[in-house]
Amino acid sequence: MPKRSDIKSVLVIGSGPIVIGQACEFDYSGTQACRVLRSEGLRVILINSNPATIMTDPEFADATYIEPITTEFVTKVIEKERPDALLATLGGQTALNTAIRLHEAGVLEKYGVRLIGANVEAINRGENREIFKGIVESIGGESARSQICHTLEECIAAAHEFNYPVVVRPSFTMGGLGSGIAKDESELREIAGAGLRYSPTTEVLIEESILGWKEFELEMMRDYKDNVVVICSIENFDPMGVHTGDSITVAPALTLTDVEYQKLRNLAINIIRSVGVDTGGCNIQFAVNPRNGRIVVIEMNPRVSRSSALASKATGFPIAKIAAKLAIGYSLDEIQNDITKETPASFEPTLDYVVVKIPRFNFEKFPAADPRLTTTMKSVGEAMA
Amino acid sequence: MSERGIEVHIFPFNVTLDELLAVRPDGIFLSNGPGDPSTMQTTVELVREILQREIPVFGICFGHQIFGRALGFETYKLRFGHRGINQPVLDKTSGKVEITAHNHGFAVQAPTEGVFDTVFGRGRVSHINLNDQVVEGLELLDRPGFSVQYHPEAAAGPHDAAYLFDRFLHLMEGKR
Repeated sequence: MPKRSDIKSVLVIGSGPIVIGQACEFDYSGTQACRVLRSEGLRVILINSNPATIMTDPEFADATYIEPITTEFVTKVIEKERPDALLATLGGQTALNTAIRLHEAGVLEKYGVRLIGANVEAINRGENREIFKGIVESIGGESARSQICHTLEECIAAAHEFNYPVVVRPSFTMGGLGSGIAKDESELREIAGAGLRYSPTTEVLIEESILGWKEFELEMMRDYKDNVVVICSIENFDPMGVHTGDSITVAPALTLTDVEYQKLRNLAINIIRSVGVDTGGCNIQFAVNPRNGRIVVIEMNPRVSRSSALASKATGFPIAKIAAKLAIGYSLDEIQNDITKETPASFEPTLDYVVVKIPRFNFEKFPAADPRLTTTMKSVGEAMA
Repeated sequence: MSERGIEVHIFPFNVTLDELLAVRPDGIFLSNGPGDPSTMQTTVELVREILQREIPVFGICFGHQIFGRALGFETYKLRFGHRGINQPVLDKTSGKVEITAHNHGFAVQAPTEGVFDTVFGRGRVSHINLNDQVVEGLELLDRPGFSVQYHPEAAAGPHDAAYLFDRFLHLMEGKR
C-alpha cells in the first residue's frame, strides 16, 4: 500500500529549548521527519520555539512558526493552517505532552486534525506507570515492586514498606527530571517533594531499589501491519542507578546470553503490541539482576527517544526518517533500506562492531549542582565511536 | 514439540516406511540437513509415500527442500546462501514479516505467486525472503503438509516463527 491519501498537510511539533535531558537529538529526528514528509509531497508546518535549530531553517518546512510550544500557541497555528495531521512523536517529551494536552482540550477534534504516529491511549498506556505495569504483568513480564503516590505522606509510607533506599520517579517528565534515589526519610522528603511539583499530574512512583542491576535498552519499530523489529540493543556500562544519559553505553548489548536476549526481545515485542504504539519508534528499558538473571521491565518511551539517535548512528538504520514514513502509511517491508538500497527496512541490523557512547559533564560551570550521578540526567553532551 | 506435549520418536534418514508406520505417527517432521537435497532420492520417495497416506508433514531447512522435491520441484544452490539470525521473511498468509534464523545454501525453485498443482493437489509458496525473494516456505492446500526453509526452533535466534509448531499441532489434531 502506498502512503495514506487522506493526509495533505502535517503539523510537526519541534522539541523547543535545549536543556539537560533534551538536546539536539530531537532537532536531528525532527529535521529528518520534515525532510521525509516534504519529499512525499506533503505540506509541512513546523512549530518550534527554538530558532537555533536546523529544522527551523527555511528550507525544511513550508511554514515555520517560531512560537512557544504551548497549547495556546499551537492551537492558534492549527486554527490558521488547518493541517490534516499532527506528528508529535519526533520532538521528544515536550511535543508529545503538548499533543496530549491539545487532545484533552478538544482542539484536535474541533479542527479535524489526526494524530499520526501514536494515539493518545497508547501514549497513556506507555507513560502512565500504573497502567504500564499492568500491561507488563499481563504478558508475563515483571516490574519492580512499586506504588503510585500523590502526597508526601503516601511516599513515606511506601518507602517504609519497601525499605530504603527507594527510587522516586515522577510521571510525565523528561530526562528523569525530578527523580532520584532516597536513602532515608529526609532525602525522600526532598526528592519526592520536588518530584510531585514537577509532575504535571502531581504523581510520583516509589519503587523498590534495583540499584546495581545490569541495564539494557531495546530500540524497536512497529508498522500498521503489526510488523515489529528490534533495531538495536544497548547496554549501559554503568549499572541501574545512573541515568542512561549519564552512563557510558555500548551497542549492541554484550553480556547477555541468547536465551536472555531472546527473552528481552519477546517481552519487548509483546509490550509494544499491547501498548498499541501505532507506528514508529519506541524504546523499552530493562534491568537484569546479574546474580540470578531476574528480568524487570523498567519503562518504555512510545516515541523516538534520545537513545534512538544513538541507535541510528550505531546501526545505520535511520529511525526518525523511517518513523516519519510509517506515520504516513507505509509499512516496514515497503520501505527500502538506505544503505543496501535493495533490501527492505523490515530487518534487524546485526552489528559486527561495537559502538560506545561516553557522556560529557560540565560541573565546573554549574558550581551549585551536585556532581554525584543519580537517576536525574546531568551530562551536557556526549562522544561516540 | 516436546514443549507442546507431543511424543517424539527420532529415526535416521534411511528409515523404511514400515518402521515409521509401526509407531502409528500423528505427523512426521522432516529435520534439517546438511547436504545437497538432489542426492536424497530415496528420502524424497519416502516423503511421497507419507504424503500419499495423508499423514501431516512439517519440514524445516533440508526437510523443506526434501518436501519441495517430493512435490516435484527442483532445488538449486544459491549464489549467496542465507546465514545468520536476522533474515526478514514475509508470511504470505498473515502479511506479516518475521525475523528468522537461516543457515542454508540450497533453495527450492517454485512459483512465488498464485497456486500451483502437484500430484498431491494444490499448493502454494507460503513464505518468501524479502532480501532476495527466495522461496522460504511451501504448503499444500488439499493435504496436510507444509515446510519452511528457515529455523523456527533456532537458538541462538529469534522466536518470531515459533507459531509454526502450533500450526503443525493443529494439522495433526485435525487428522486424528
